[in-house]
Amino acid sequence: MLEIKNLHANINGKEILKGLNLVVRPGEIHAIMGPNGAGKSTLASVLTGNQAFEVTKGDVTFYGKNLLELSPEDRSREGIFLSFQYPVEIPGVSMVNFMRTALNEHRKYKNLEPLSATDFLRTMREKKELVEMDNKLANRSVNEGFSGGEKKRNEIFQMAMLDPRLSILDETDSGLDIDALRIVANGVNKLKTADNASIVITHYQRLLDYIVPDFVHVLYDGRIVKSGGKELALELEERGYDWIKQEVDGK
Amino acid sequence: MEQQYIDLYKQHHESIKKHSTGVMNDLRDDAFALFEKLHFPTTALENYKYSDLKAGLSIDYGVNINRIPIPVNPYEVFTCDVPGIHSYLYFVVNDAFYPVKDIRNNSLPEGVIIGSVNQVAETHPELVKQYFGKLSSKKEDGLIAFNGAFAQDGFFMYVPKNVVLDKPVQLVNIMRSDVDFMANSHNLIILEEGAKAQLLVCDHTVDDVRFLSNRVTEVFVSKNATYEHYKLENMHIKTTNLATLLIDQQASSNVLANVITLHNGQTRNTVEIDLDGEHCETLLCGMVIGDKNQQVDNFTSIIHNKPNCHSRELFKYVLDDMSKGGFTGKLYVAKDAQKTAAFQTNRNILLSKTAKMRTKPQLEIYADDVKCSHGATIGQLDESAKFYMQARGISGEEARLLLMFAFTNDVIENIRIPALQDRIKMLVEKRLRGELSKCEGCVICQ
Repeated sequence: MLEIKNLHANINGKEILKGLNLVVRPGEIHAIMGPNGAGKSTLASVLTGNQAFEVTKGDVTFYGKNLLELSPEDRSREGIFLSFQYPVEIPGVSMVNFMRTALNEHRKYKNLEPLSATDFLRTMREKKELVEMDNKLANRSVNEGFSGGEKKRNEIFQMAMLDPRLSILDETDSGLDIDALRIVANGVNKLKTADNASIVITHYQRLLDYIVPDFVHVLYDGRIVKSGGKELALELEERGYDWIKQEVDGK
Repeated sequence: MEQQYIDLYKQHHESIKKHSTGVMNDLRDDAFALFEKLHFPTTALENYKYSDLKAGLSIDYGVNINRIPIPVNPYEVFTCDVPGIHSYLYFVVNDAFYPVKDIRNNSLPEGVIIGSVNQVAETHPELVKQYFGKLSSKKEDGLIAFNGAFAQDGFFMYVPKNVVLDKPVQLVNIMRSDVDFMANSHNLIILEEGAKAQLLVCDHTVDDVRFLSNRVTEVFVSKNATYEHYKLENMHIKTTNLATLLIDQQASSNVLANVITLHNGQTRNTVEIDLDGEHCETLLCGMVIGDKNQQVDNFTSIIHNKPNCHSRELFKYVLDDMSKGGFTGKLYVAKDAQKTAAFQTNRNILLSKTAKMRTKPQLEIYADDVKCSHGATIGQLDESAKFYMQARGISGEEARLLLMFAFTNDVIENIRIPALQDRIKMLVEKRLRGELSKCEGCVICQ
C-alpha cells in the first residue's frame, strides 16, 4: 500500500531524512525505532503533509497515488492516520463537533451522505468503549485539559472513528503509565485487520510487547540502516543503539 | 465641521427645544456650551487615540430637528427574525421613537413603562427628571456633549421594584433616509430594586446613504436588580456608529453587557460602568468581526467605588483585510474599594498582514487588598491546531473557520437569551464564512 523511495526531507534548510526506503503491505505492522534525532517523527510529519518540512527528493506512493501531491486533509481522507506524539489542544472546539466534521468530510470524499445524528452518536459511543474513554472527555473541547494518557487514548479513539488504512503511531507510548499503555495497545490491536497496516514509531521495546510487529526497522541519521523481525527490538533493548551507530559510521 | 453644528444650534436651538421636552432642554444649553469648548474628539485625546472620527464627522449630514415624521413602516423595512425570541418589540427610526401597536407588547407586567422619553416626560415627569442626564451631564466628552445639545428624544424603559420582565425587550434602531443623515438620541433605562430586565439593541440601516448615529444610553440599576444589555450591530459600511453606554450599579446588582459588532463602517463604543454599592457583579463582553476598511474601537471603563465588587471583562476581535480595531480597558479601583476582584481579557486574531489592532489595559488601583488581572494578546490562528484538524480530514478552510468560531465562542456563551445565542452563532458563522450576515428581511446590506 505504501512505498517510500529514496526520501529526502529538510526542515529550515537542515536535511533530516537522507534517502529513506520503506514498503508497507496490508496486514503488516512495522516498528520504527532509533535514537533521538534520527528522523522518526520527521518521517511521520512528512507522510501526513506537515508544511514545516520540505521534501527535496524521492517518491512516496499510497495505493499507487503520489502522496506528496496531496493536501494533508486528502491524505487523511485517503486513509492515512497519524497518532500525534503531542496532540494539540483546541479550546472552544468540542470533540463532538470536531469528530462529526472530520467524519463527514471523509464521507463526502467517498461520495457518501453525512451520518445522521443518531448514527454518529452511536458510533461515538461504540468507539469510546474501545479505548475506555470517559464520557465527559467527549463533551469537552478537543484535548483541552486532558492528561497525557487521556490525550493518547483520544488519538486512538479518533483512529477508531476514522478507520484508516494506514495508521502511524508516533511515540504513542510516551508519557503513558502501564495501564494506559495496555488500554491504548488493546485499542490498536482490536482495530487491526488483514486490510490495514500500522507504522509504530517508538523509542522503547515496551510498546512492542503489546503491539507485536512483523518488521522492526532502525532509523539512524535519516536512513533505515537495519531491518529485522520482532527479535531485533529485543536486541536493541538489550544492547542500545551504539553498536548500530558504529556499524553504520564505521563503513 | 464643528462650526456648522455650532451655527446650526445657535440659529435653531428654539426649534430643537420646541420639538423636545423640558427635562432634555434643561440640560441642553450647558451641553452645547461644553461642546463648544470640547469640540468633536480627535485622536490627540487619550480616550480617543484609537478612534479616528475625522472622516465620518466631516460629511454634511442632514438632521431632522423639526421632527418631520419619516414615512416608514418599520415592520415593512425590517422584520427581525430571531426565531423564538418572543420579545417585547420597539422601534426607533433614526432618532424618533416609533409608536407601534404590537399586540405582543400588551402583556407587559404591571407598572413597567416603555415608550419615548418625550412621552414619559409628560406622563411621569418626576420619574424622568430624577434620572435623566445624571450620568451623562458629568462627562467631559465631546460626543456626549454633542448628543446633549442635539438629541431630542430617545427610548425609555422603567421596571418597578421586584418586577421581572418575562421576555427580553428588543429595541431596533433603524436608520432610514434618502440623503446622508445624522441621528442623535438619548435613551434612559431605570430598574428599581430587585427588578430584572434584558434589553437587546439591534442597529440596522435600510438605505444606501451615509449615516451617523450618536446615541447615549443611561442605565440605572438599583439594589439587587439584574440587567442584561446586548448590542448587536449589523449596519452597512457607510455608517459611523457612535454609542455611549453609561451604567450605574447599586449594591448587589448584577449587570451583563455584551456589545457585538458584526458589520459596520466605523464603530465607537464607549461603555462606562460605575459600581456604587457593595457586592456588585459585572460582566462586560464584546466581539468584533472586522474586514475591509471597518474600524471598531471599544473604550471601556469600570469604576469600582465600593468594596467587595466583582467585575470581569472579555473582548475578542477577529480582523481581516485592512480593518482596524482598538480596545481600551480602563479599570479604576478607589481607595476604599477593598476586596475588589477585577479581571480583564482582550484577545485578538489578525487574519491579514494589513489588519491592525491596538489594545490598552489601563489599571488604576488605589486600594491595597484587591485581586486584579489583565491580559491582552494579538496573534494569528494556531497553525498547529489547524494542521491537527487537517490531519483528521478537515479541510484547511473549514479548520480555519472552526478555529475562528471557537475563538469567539466564549463571548457568545455569555449571551443568556438562548434564541439570541443561537442566532448570533449562526450570524457569526455566516460572517466568518464570508457570507452576508445580514438579518433576513434586511434589504440593504452589501
